[in-house]
Amino acid sequence: MLGRAANGVYWMARYLERAENTARLIDVGFHLALTRGSRARQEEEWRSVLITTGQEAAFLARKQELTGAAVFNFLLRERDNPGSVLSMIENARTNARVVRTSLTNEVWEATNETWMILRELLARPVRETNLREVLSTIRQRATLVRGAMEGSMLRNEVFNFARIGTFIERADNTARILDVKYYVLLPSVAWVGSSLDNVQWDTLLRSVAGNRAYSWLHAGSMDPRGIARFLILDGRFPRSLVFCFEKIRSNMAGLAKQYGAETQAHQLLRDAGTRLHDVNIEQIFEGGLHEFLQDYIGRTYRIGEAIASDYRFIA
Amino acid sequence: MSSAGGSRYDEMLHGDGSVRAAYADFRDWYDGQDIAWLRRQDAEAERFFRRIGITFNVYGDDAGEERLIPFDMIPRIITAREWRKLTRGIEQRVRAINAFLQDLYHRQEIVKAGRLPVNLLRENEAFLTQMIGFTPPGGVYTHIVGIDLVRTGPDEFMVLEDNARTPSGVSYMLENRETMMAMFPELFTRIPVRPVSDYPRRLMRSLQACAPARFDGRGGARPSVAVLTPGIFNSAYFEHAYLADQMGAELVEGSDLRVCNGRVQMRTTEGYKPVDVIYRRVDDNYLDPLSFEPDSVLGVAGIMDVYRAGGVTIANAPGTGIADDKAIYSFMPDIVEFYTGEKPILQNVPTWRCSEADSLAYVLDNLSELVVKEVHGSGGYGMLIGPTSSKKEIAEFALKLRAKPDNYIAQPTLSLSTVPIFTKEGLAPRHVDLRPFVLCSPDGIDITPGGLTRVALKKGSLVVNSSQGGGTKDSWVLDE
Repeated sequence: MLGRAANGVYWMARYLERAENTARLIDVGFHLALTRGSRARQEEEWRSVLITTGQEAAFLARKQELTGAAVFNFLLRERDNPGSVLSMIENARTNARVVRTSLTNEVWEATNETWMILRELLARPVRETNLREVLSTIRQRATLVRGAMEGSMLRNEVFNFARIGTFIERADNTARILDVKYYVLLPSVAWVGSSLDNVQWDTLLRSVAGNRAYSWLHAGSMDPRGIARFLILDGRFPRSLVFCFEKIRSNMAGLAKQYGAETQAHQLLRDAGTRLHDVNIEQIFEGGLHEFLQDYIGRTYRIGEAIASDYRFIA
Repeated sequence: MSSAGGSRYDEMLHGDGSVRAAYADFRDWYDGQDIAWLRRQDAEAERFFRRIGITFNVYGDDAGEERLIPFDMIPRIITAREWRKLTRGIEQRVRAINAFLQDLYHRQEIVKAGRLPVNLLRENEAFLTQMIGFTPPGGVYTHIVGIDLVRTGPDEFMVLEDNARTPSGVSYMLENRETMMAMFPELFTRIPVRPVSDYPRRLMRSLQACAPARFDGRGGARPSVAVLTPGIFNSAYFEHAYLADQMGAELVEGSDLRVCNGRVQMRTTEGYKPVDVIYRRVDDNYLDPLSFEPDSVLGVAGIMDVYRAGGVTIANAPGTGIADDKAIYSFMPDIVEFYTGEKPILQNVPTWRCSEADSLAYVLDNLSELVVKEVHGSGGYGMLIGPTSSKKEIAEFALKLRAKPDNYIAQPTLSLSTVPIFTKEGLAPRHVDLRPFVLCSPDGIDITPGGLTRVALKKGSLVVNSSQGGGTKDSWVLDE
């Protein structure tokens, strides 16, 4: 397989995942805006959406008022914003076009159609009345492409690179969401037991589509350690750090098997695995949740870089 | 030969409106269909093309803007008898083109015999001095050729143009057939149409047969074949990806390749791997920055050295453009005769070379009736179609022509045959041409039955180029 093609498949998957995650974050921001009365609190929530997606500076540079509509339009359809859903879907589709020969027709067509549909849907400014529909279309389309990959692709290196892209992106996303909100989970004398905590915790779970799963597993009782454990260490939850890590590991193992050799990225992955598997939630809080997450984000980033260089993504 | 206003040949209907034998079965079927249903199918076809991404980029448009080449669902039908004659003529012409190229880059017998003026080579950018004295693997120059044919009467097929560099359009031939079979499967059970779908496999086999002599196939290994594309912004990128995919070949860009250890190698996830045959869709000029355009990033530095040392096959060979140059075109009847010893089976369109004073005078006097083309132009750009141009346009063109007569040739405005297209009002005749695709290897010449029919969708228009409002049709060759 060409290094350039591996790069294309990897980034196609990453962009699709990132577009979906952005849609989820907006959904949560919107949900909160509906439940929060005060203007200042709404603004704070939208700001945190911008921070989580790493786009606060880009938005502020535009000197626009920080309102819900301004933020979600910026994140959804702003052409000048490389992090908007529209730009990312375009990038995913361009990457798919570049590596078309590595993809099945089903994957290509699902990706191309996604681009066609979203381009149409995002041609005009999104209003609060149709925001939900737009967000759900984005999630559905991303799910469809993943399903086409799952259902039609050979389980070979191409599939491995796509999956690694998906889960590196997802791991990074979950870790960032947690990191931006980590203080919500810290014990605080003033807030303990307040209804505000419950809302904040629920939000955190919602942004990774984990609220129902968590409630089901914990019979509805919310506590910060339980939530942190769930999002970091619960291997059953498909957006937890451990789950994403396992997926990256098994796909990297697939590459090692096909190519008959491990690379530097495999070593980095093993180091990160040791750190993730040998801790419990008490130790994570003792060492500092923020520090733990920063370390995880850094390691994920370095693994991505090592993969790109080990497998000759670029000349 | 008649002009645009004269009588034209319709391939479906006789002059009295009765249906020709070739179209009888189709017409029976068509007349039995519900027109509203056909309209829905027509709209469905466009959605189908968009979804699978059969698009092309138009130069000069917004970057990234992709267009569809309109597809017309009425097939163009060629009888077995017509096709037999065409294939004989095409085969003869393609053999002559290869012999001509071999001669031009070696002894130049045709020039010595006084049948071709030497200045056509000397002053021609398509003639590559780098190819002099070198014979490509298997002696094949033009691995893939597209011969553009026009029809003016029952038995009058003429060659309008030879495409000996990198003919495109074959993906439309394949997809048009796929689309027709998906939309109207019952047609193919009623009418025996020769298949085209094995073209990619034949192409692969043909290219592998042209691998460099040093390729020994030890351990049953097959030559590794790659399609070299300029990238996703090229107007034919869809075709490059489509062919690579169907052939089972790698689709590479210049940045994926480099020369090491005397081979051209591609950067894979496991390191560099040699390539034996490169089907390049990159022009000569951009192929090797060390030999040609130094700023090119589309090609591979040093590939020409590897090529000349027998380390790789390049298809088509560099320098084949000299054979399809429009200035050479008018000599093709002589060329065919010189190398085959036979009279050409397929005629040329009569051509005036504006470089010759008498011809120029004639052309200037008759601009309103002629088609004038740039010698090195392509895609229908930079040409004048006399009968459909205004006085002002003709006067402006005359100035250009006088300033640089060597740059132009002129031809009569042919009354191209028509085939009906499907319109809201029903069937309506439109002018067409035909580009059959020809594969050459040491194993022989292989012509896929059919080809690409291009159709001028505007009423009365003679310009079939996709960049100028042309569309395509599925082209059927009937089985015996």
